[in-house]
Amino acid sequence: MKVSNVPFKGTREQEVRLNKVIESHKDEKGALMPIMQEAQEIYGYLPYEVQKMISDGTGIPIEKIYGVATFYAQFTMSPKGENEVSVCLGTACYVKGAAAILDALEEELGIKDGECTSDRKFSLDTCRCVGACGLAPVFIVNGEVYGKATPDKVHEIIQKYR
Amino acid sequence: MFHTYVLVCGGTGCDSNHSGEVIETFKSKIKEAGLEDEVQVVATGCQGLCAKGPIVVVHPGAVYYQEITPAKAAVIVDEHIVKGRVVDKYRLTEETADESGSLSINDSNFYKQQVRIALRNCGLINPEDIREYIGTGGYEALGKVLTEMTPDEVIQVILDSGLRGRGGAGFPTGKKWKFASGNRGKVQKYVCCNADEGDPGAFMDRSVLEGDPHSVLEAMAIAGYAIGADQGYIYVRAEYPIAVKRLKIAIKQAEEYGLLGDNIFDSGFNFRIELRLGAGAFVCGEETALMTSIEGNRGEPHPRPPFPAVKGLFQSPTILNNVETYANIPEIINKGAEWFSSMGTETSKGTKVFALGGKVNNTGLVEIPMGTTLREVIEDIGGGVANGKKFKAAQTGGPSGGCIPYTYYDIPIDYENLKSIGCMMGSGGLIVMDEDTCMVDIAKFFLEFTVSESCGKCTACRIGTRRMLEILTKITEGKGEMEDLDKLEYLAKYVQANSLCGLGQTAPNPVLSTLRYFRDEYVAHIKEKRCPAGVCKALLRYEIDPDKCKGCTLCARNCPVNAISGEVKKPHVINTAVCIKCGACMDNCRFGAITRK
Repeated sequence: MKVSNVPFKGTREQEVRLNKVIESHKDEKGALMPIMQEAQEIYGYLPYEVQKMISDGTGIPIEKIYGVATFYAQFTMSPKGENEVSVCLGTACYVKGAAAILDALEEELGIKDGECTSDRKFSLDTCRCVGACGLAPVFIVNGEVYGKATPDKVHEIIQKYR
Repeated sequence: MFHTYVLVCGGTGCDSNHSGEVIETFKSKIKEAGLEDEVQVVATGCQGLCAKGPIVVVHPGAVYYQEITPAKAAVIVDEHIVKGRVVDKYRLTEETADESGSLSINDSNFYKQQVRIALRNCGLINPEDIREYIGTGGYEALGKVLTEMTPDEVIQVILDSGLRGRGGAGFPTGKKWKFASGNRGKVQKYVCCNADEGDPGAFMDRSVLEGDPHSVLEAMAIAGYAIGADQGYIYVRAEYPIAVKRLKIAIKQAEEYGLLGDNIFDSGFNFRIELRLGAGAFVCGEETALMTSIEGNRGEPHPRPPFPAVKGLFQSPTILNNVETYANIPEIINKGAEWFSSMGTETSKGTKVFALGGKVNNTGLVEIPMGTTLREVIEDIGGGVANGKKFKAAQTGGPSGGCIPYTYYDIPIDYENLKSIGCMMGSGGLIVMDEDTCMVDIAKFFLEFTVSESCGKCTACRIGTRRMLEILTKITEGKGEMEDLDKLEYLAKYVQANSLCGLGQTAPNPVLSTLRYFRDEYVAHIKEKRCPAGVCKALLRYEIDPDKCKGCTLCARNCPVNAISGEVKKPHVINTAVCIKCGACMDNCRFGAITRK
């Protein structure tokens, strides 16, 4: 898992929100993952500082939280770009040429899978099947799914977000 | 009263194609026409034919429109809804219509061979309104079991129906329930639903949750009554936001209607359901790993026994079934075990939902009786292999499954038959591959998946799969040797035998099955340094046919690495030592002079 060097800049407001989340899951069995999922929604990622806050708030050891954070693909310890680009590498997309879409995006953005551009405008990830197999190959920008993609279309679509 | 219904598909496929805007257009145009009290617009779940989305069906008449945009929606309102003239040009195209030219939804080739049980309400009802589910007979089964049947009778019906787990392994559902049924009312028990559909290329469960979430809730409550549990958990992928949203709405509505909660149907039976979001780990589809994950831990599996029916979630007896399995239950209760077991084959009863994808014309969701042949699924329902290419193989079971070659095109699909040819039913992903798919590359693709998804607990799986991937990579790069094939087979059997859970035990399957049926492709990569499908980049070679080349220089100008040289109006040549095999020259050549070998 990539750990970012970008310094953590959490706000007071975010901390208040996180504490509310922890409070709302108090005494609930197996609440760690829901808390971490909501924490990632608040901060966009789960840096050490946020994990520490969860640990302090719940009494769960930080090493366990770190273990869970690194186990699941959904959790990330490096920040995302302003625009999150994700390429589906599920089987249906792969068979229909998702590898070429990834190549085109890497070239277009000048970053590799899992990285973020230095101006933090774009980050690029791959995912396993968003379930839009009927439209394969697909890639996603900020939740918007672009189906039946071709390497040619990549440039045009990314331009919209520049 | 409404006299006309406009059903717009709101499944993930169509939603990605902006069906939301289509719905808005329908609503505003119908309002403009002053018909909002007579025509109802319904956002439904997946209607199946994702390739042609967004799909719109207008009732009465079940007129089926495809690839609808907001502009086309406006025309449909003006013409069809207001003037009563069906807009033929937007209807389902000939590919999916039968010979008579009839284009109604139930007559199309795509639908007519399907038997929709698990998908019975998908595409028909508004999944965000419990009244529509109740209107189609929903929660009647729950009422029946709570007021007329004993828990043991419920289990007996499920046993008699022959229903087997639709998540992949095919364990008889009734047996699973029976194991967990002891000590009712004396110990805490749980009912779990596996909605962590991790197989890349499968979206059956997602479609059921999006299109008919109440059927799963109802079935879980029935299961709770049968084994004596009052708490359910649905473990659903966070990557399925629409499914999560609709499940939340469904749970809330069911609670408001008293169909979940305390004293359901005045029977004294209590049942609650909570959602837990998976966080993207394939191994969590394995039952013990899934439960460990619900408990808030790293989703690592643990040895069985003890089985979850004895010691599962939070150390209590637990049953776990898959979404599609649950979706069948209310219908079995309503229509009886005999009805259900009359469909299918000797050992596999009922129907199976497949997510048809890859190189096939009608990509989408299909539900067929067990025993239907692969040929019927691909040729009749799927409309054949896309672009007139030749069928090479169908892949089922995802990273745990295998490939079915053309030799078995007519094999009736059921659990045992697929197993006997080194394949598996799996959860229902069915990916069609054509002559342009390289089977070595596909095996490598699946191993890359298992390598990154192996939880790391067992050495055989953690390291064994990685070594196998290295060998496959070597072969696709043209550096393979014939001994590598023996090593692959040895490692494959070792990983199968020495892994704790299903992920490791089945991870070598894609390699073994491609080695079994497509060994010649492996050999071509190794001996001839050639990729027959033209996929493996390192083995490709671009060449210019001097007879066809006119010397227009277009290829040379487009080559990013200046690997092409030649004089104007004279044949050009590619320097293969410099060529990076990007294919730009071939894409730009207007004379078809460049070939890829």
